[in-house]
Amino acid sequence: MRLGELARPALEIKIDGKRFACLAGDTVLTAVLLAGRHLRQSEFGDGTRAGFCNMGACQDCWIYRADGERIRACTTYVEGGMDVYTADPQHHVA
Amino acid sequence: MSLEKIVIIGSGPAGTRAAETLLRQGCRNITVISEAPASGGQIYRRQPQGFGRQADEIYGSEAEKATALHRSFDALAGSVDYRPNTLVWNIFDRKVFTNGPDGVEEIPFDRLVLTTGAMDRILPVPGWTFPGVFTLGGAQIALKHQACAIGRQVVFAGAGPLLYLVAWQYMKAGAHVVAVLDTSAFANKMAASLKLLALPRLMFRGLKFRRDLKAKGVALHEGVRLTRIDGDRSVTAINFTKSGVTQRLACDAVGLGFGLNPEMQIAELAGGRTRFDRTFRQWVLAHDGEGRVAEDVYVAGDGHAIGGADVAELTGERAAWAVLADLGLPVSAERQSVIRRALKRQAIFRQGIEQSFPLPAEWLVDTPDETILCRCENVTFGEVRAAITELEPNDVNRLKAFARPGMGRCQGRVCGHVLAELLAAETGRPLEEVGRLRGQAPVKPLHYKAAAGMAEAGIQQWLEQADKVLENG
Repeated sequence: MRLGELARPALEIKIDGKRFACLAGDTVLTAVLLAGRHLRQSEFGDGTRAGFCNMGACQDCWIYRADGERIRACTTYVEGGMDVYTADPQHHVA
Repeated sequence: MSLEKIVIIGSGPAGTRAAETLLRQGCRNITVISEAPASGGQIYRRQPQGFGRQADEIYGSEAEKATALHRSFDALAGSVDYRPNTLVWNIFDRKVFTNGPDGVEEIPFDRLVLTTGAMDRILPVPGWTFPGVFTLGGAQIALKHQACAIGRQVVFAGAGPLLYLVAWQYMKAGAHVVAVLDTSAFANKMAASLKLLALPRLMFRGLKFRRDLKAKGVALHEGVRLTRIDGDRSVTAINFTKSGVTQRLACDAVGLGFGLNPEMQIAELAGGRTRFDRTFRQWVLAHDGEGRVAEDVYVAGDGHAIGGADVAELTGERAAWAVLADLGLPVSAERQSVIRRALKRQAIFRQGIEQSFPLPAEWLVDTPDETILCRCENVTFGEVRAAITELEPNDVNRLKAFARPGMGRCQGRVCGHVLAELLAAETGRPLEEVGRLRGQAPVKPLHYKAAAGMAEAGIQQWLEQADKVLENG
């Protein structure tokens, strides 16, 4: 949940095809977790994940852009019009 | 003056002070590479542009140090080849292999200064992979870097000074902190108090955090054992026992951590020697006392042994003096002696911290079989135990090969030490005898796009190398 810094410019991104409002300077992880409580499914069927270390070390927050390119959510900032997916949108093997 | 190429990896307190000292003493060919978009490291991490909080709101009592460090870096950034947003994924043949905004590059170096920092040390608790469970460091970054709390009702659990610091910072920022669950008993801190008095300011700051948290009605439980984190799609509660009584606290987020682990993978690839440190109960880099860890390779900060931000600044400068001495440039014996004395006091304090917050590794033998040990590859304690019993691996790297823990994207950063603890405990061997997971390239995931961007000759070389390995079986 946000504890302040609400005066930043608003942006809109799409998460799994749905529009969500976020703020400039948010990481993708922040934006996705504010939109829902989790980030992705574990590839190994043990449930949902939502990142862990928040500093680019644990690698548990890789999600996808529309073209299938992977991004590490905790170290990537949102950009207006960004289109991210919590599962591989190209249906490649995870 | 020297034109030797010095590459510094990291732009936190250690990297900043190393670069500053080298530059001031006449080194004119310095490259600073950092994975982060801005300097400061994790401890003095800067908020993104457009945020309005003042330094004291973000860094509290350390605001002056943070601001001074940021200013130092900003003053030197124009005089060095500064490469932010750039991952170092390998060191080989006296070259640093990077992947940054302009793609992959190979940077040859004459000398290498590694200030690669640390990440939280974690002990898996049943339910630790539920959304809403973050590392303590991660919880702190959410606040410092994003002005967010990890949840609406937050519990901080584990051991170490960060536990009370982060809880206090959350409380100050207006978050609802339900409780602090400290796995170390109060008696441990009493026993360590003489050592902690080596740095009275830090000790009293810790006591203030506890007092303020109590005054605000935050429950402080010491000497607890964490038994389970409940959740459905995300965290709903945490369970713990204290003096034989089980308690359950409703919450929607948990900040979990048991001290820190040095990030040593790059140093290992650069030929850095390691040694097991009994006080820390972990592997650290074995340097010569001034930061030299291999030929022309120097280390500093939490990445070489955990010491905190002040030690990072001191050892960053120390490494720079070692480089200067090896270059035949003048060194300041006075500064070196000041640093040595300050580090002595810090070392006593650090022993006190370790004694105050021992890692409750003895839990691991009782961790239920179905609990996930490796969160990348979903390998459970039961699967690892079965591999230990049936295949009798003699070291932790064999165990990794047998059961796959530590083989995932994080390269064993999170679970590597747990694997070693479990192997040692289950076989009754000393921890240092079962070894540690070797650092391997790429130390972090690399886009295949980046791999494809490598020079064709490089790929050819790599394929030939692979062929040789296959031929030799």
